[in-house]
Amino acid sequence: MTKTINITLKVWRQFGPDVKGRLETYQAKNISTDMSFLEMLDVINEQLTLEGKDPIAFDHDCREGICGMCGSVVNGRAHGPEKGTTLCQLHMRHFSDGDTVVIEPWRSRAFKIIKDLVVDRSAFDQIIQAGGYVSVNAGGAPDGNAVPISQENAEKAMDAAACIGCGACVASCPNASAMLFVSAKVSQLALLPQGKPEAAERALAMVRKMDDLGFGNCTNETECEADCPKEISIVNIARLNREYLKAGFLSSVI
Amino acid sequence: MQLDAKIPGGPLTEKWDRHRFELKLVNPANKRKFNIIVVGTGLAGGSAAATLAELGYDVKNFCIQDSPRRAHSIAAQGGINAAKNYPNDGDSIWRLFYDTVKGGDFRAREANVCRLAQLSTNIIDHCVAQGVPFARDYGGLLANRSFGGAQVSRTFYARGQTGQQLLLGAYSSLSRQIAAGKVTMFPRREMLELVVINGQARGIVVRNLVTGEMERHEAHAVVLCTGGYGNVFFLSTNAMASNVTASYRAYKKGAFFANPCFTQIHPTCIPVHGDYQSKLTLMSESLRNDGRVWVPKTPGDKRPPHQIPEAERDYYLENKYPSFGNLVPRDVASRNAKEQCDMGKGVGETALAVYLDFEDAIKRDGRDVIEKKYGNLFQMYEKITADDPYQTPMMIYPAVHYTMGGLWVDYNLMSTIPGLFVLGEANFSDHGANRLGASALMQGLADGYFVVPYTIGGYISGTTPEDVTTDHPAFKEASQQAEIRTRKLLSVKGKRTVDDFHKELGHIMWEYCGMARNNEGLDKAKTMIRSLREEFWENVLVPGGGKAFNQSLERAGRVADFLEFGELMLTDALARQESCGGHFNEAYQTEENEARRDDENFCHVAAWEWAGDDKAPVFHKEPLVFEHVKLTQRSYK
Ligand SMILES: Cc1cc2nc3c(=O)[nH]c(=O)nc-3n(C[C@H](O)[C@H](O)[C@H](O)COP(=O)(O)OP(=O)(O)OC[C@H]3O[C@@H](n4cnc5c(N)ncnc54)[C@H](O)[C@@H]3O)c2cc1C
Ligand code: FES
Repeated sequence: MTKTINITLKVWRQFGPDVKGRLETYQAKNISTDMSFLEMLDVINEQLTLEGKDPIAFDHDCREGICGMCGSVVNGRAHGPEKGTTLCQLHMRHFSDGDTVVIEPWRSRAFKIIKDLVVDRSAFDQIIQAGGYVSVNAGGAPDGNAVPISQENAEKAMDAAACIGCGACVASCPNASAMLFVSAKVSQLALLPQGKPEAAERALAMVRKMDDLGFGNCTNETECEADCPKEISIVNIARLNREYLKAGFLSSVI
Repeated sequence: MQLDAKIPGGPLTEKWDRHRFELKLVNPANKRKFNIIVVGTGLAGGSAAATLAELGYDVKNFCIQDSPRRAHSIAAQGGINAAKNYPNDGDSIWRLFYDTVKGGDFRAREANVCRLAQLSTNIIDHCVAQGVPFARDYGGLLANRSFGGAQVSRTFYARGQTGQQLLLGAYSSLSRQIAAGKVTMFPRREMLELVVINGQARGIVVRNLVTGEMERHEAHAVVLCTGGYGNVFFLSTNAMASNVTASYRAYKKGAFFANPCFTQIHPTCIPVHGDYQSKLTLMSESLRNDGRVWVPKTPGDKRPPHQIPEAERDYYLENKYPSFGNLVPRDVASRNAKEQCDMGKGVGETALAVYLDFEDAIKRDGRDVIEKKYGNLFQMYEKITADDPYQTPMMIYPAVHYTMGGLWVDYNLMSTIPGLFVLGEANFSDHGANRLGASALMQGLADGYFVVPYTIGGYISGTTPEDVTTDHPAFKEASQQAEIRTRKLLSVKGKRTVDDFHKELGHIMWEYCGMARNNEGLDKAKTMIRSLREEFWENVLVPGGGKAFNQSLERAGRVADFLEFGELMLTDALARQESCGGHFNEAYQTEENEARRDDENFCHVAAWEWAGDDKAPVFHKEPLVFEHVKLTQRSYK
């Protein structure tokens, strides 16, 4: 049932990449529990604007949990307390009257803060550019049914492909590793016949890129899986490790 | 000006082949000397940028989001059509063509739609080759489902995330070209002006959304793939940044705007629940495959759904349209939901909702099967509403979803400005007055992978553009204009926020230019919009500065354009004195309350030319000629 709550927000405010930031406190009053978390921030921003203050910058677009644009650390958890939920899909009914809610940006060496809660995640794009594709040009592909793919593999590939590239895995990892992100793409393509020819090279190139960009190592903390809004499984990391070893082995014998 | 759609001669199904042969080619070694700007990285822009680069052109690609992977196309759920006829249920290219023309209520160009149907099969092949994990049957072959407006099963899907998977496919091809140095990517940029030199599109001015700087980019051709303008209604299923700005600025530089009043209201969305609401969420049309739509027979019946016995439920779509049932096209389904609610039979707190019930499907197929097909949609519904659709029927209501109108383009997808091409939802081309489900993804990808790569070559080889640099006076002027406008928005320092204006505009458009329209209301809305626009420029409050990351300023610019564009929609709606597809003028309906077309007077595309600020736009007509499809009153009974 709809009701309203009052909460205290502590929000990270930082004007630009190279200036110091700090937590500012705001009172969010009469918040309907049917609101989404971002709608609650909209309400605060309308108030700040009318008071002549600078509204809180945060990234968002689809507000349906699919574009991967939103994301902040809420009370220490990437995307907040609800399992398998992006920040835009988190609703205020999961908070209680009188709560204090701390909102901070993703923190990682590879993701620079642009403003407030907005970070630069272009490192993820660079990892995909290193090999997260099948090298085919438009035109000339064989019939879609030419190569059957077992339903099981197609489903597993889809499980991995569901990654939205939001960066929560990096934000929640004590080492700020991007292994879950990398492994999801490597797995998706390794599971499908179309991705096989380049599988070895792909795994090597993407992991190398990840390291170059300053992401940390994976030490099996599994925080990434716990906070991933799409519940991408760490089974993918094991698969990536296998692909990587295979690839390393192949490249050393050739 | 006489509009020439440049439709090639010859038999309908041979036109595209013949045209491809007749188009002049650009020498492969020369392609890299040509720069092409692609604005947008959705299905249309992503696929076009990647493919043009594969061919050897030098491409610059722009988007608003922080990464090309986040374009609004990512949100498409249900699927993509293709006339593969894998299920052997009677589909064919001809049937897809026919269904699309009919679904669009006979207001689309036959030749374009035929090409679209022909290319549909290539799209699936290419996407499979890219590693798109489409759903598969037990035997490992591609699975299909049905969508509205069709009696065959021709929709390919990847769970409820088809748009995401297709977009990530295009993004992967794009990433490969970025790595190869053939595409330079410019994320977090917003196009604010088109630059036209000697009558040709030669570049754009964008605002760098991080630094606030105006940047100039020149090219030999500009391809706009900037999506639809549904957010003119404030509440819609579109992503928050979806806008009309790029198209509208091109319109003001001479590109005609076609059929702006053709908007699609999608029947199955989660109903509005509060005035703080920022957007509406679609529940994919694919749900109508298994869900049954109903309302209580008695107006005002407030019992919870499971207490209403079978005999007291009205499955109005099944009763009224026995042969298509729950799968009637969107415009028909939406209007019927409104009609039921207008009669007082709406359900839920606001009584602006109808039920979409899966009880029978779960009984028939088991929860597992339903979960596999729609699991993520059910989950999304539950997150938003806190209701479990496995236990209780969903509540749904129509919401603004898609815009069939867009910049006018010819068969080559070129606008009335030479060198300006328009693809995807941003153009008007293939869906007439109503788009069928799963056809937008098909069109965006057909345009980007398979049409523009050819037709742009035809343009480039047929012209000898002079060398220009971004120091050209036209660039200076355009960038100054953008600068001045930005400063103006910041300097008003009024008392109302941008969102506040946007919401009011949305209310006006929804009330008077939404699911049902009438002349009086449209006239009234015009006056209301004008005064709202005036107030905006006197009283809007945009905090912060121009040379910084400033999301309020971004929104202000978009709303300013919506405030002008909304009026163009009303003008177009008033000029079209008939009902067709999504444009329903109450004065023109059949006895059964279906849209009544007037083929004698309105079988045309309305293309509007900008005539100057505060001047009425000039009307141009492209007559539609139907040689292969017989114009009939659409019937889904
Ligand atoms: C919720 C939802 C579900 C849908 N489901 C389906 C479905 O199942 N099947 C189907 O066929 N269709 C579906 N559609 C429709 C379909 O998704 C869209 O019509 C289609 O994806 C539009 O693609 P596009 O490439 O034209 O534009 P978009 O994907 O909207 O991309 C626009 C691009 O342009 C950029 N851009 C916009 N303005 C500017 C500017 N001023 N400057 C710079 N860049 C700019 C954006 O950043 C973005 O990259 C759905 C739509 C919605 C809203
Ligand atoms: S805004 Fe798109 S995932 Fe949250």
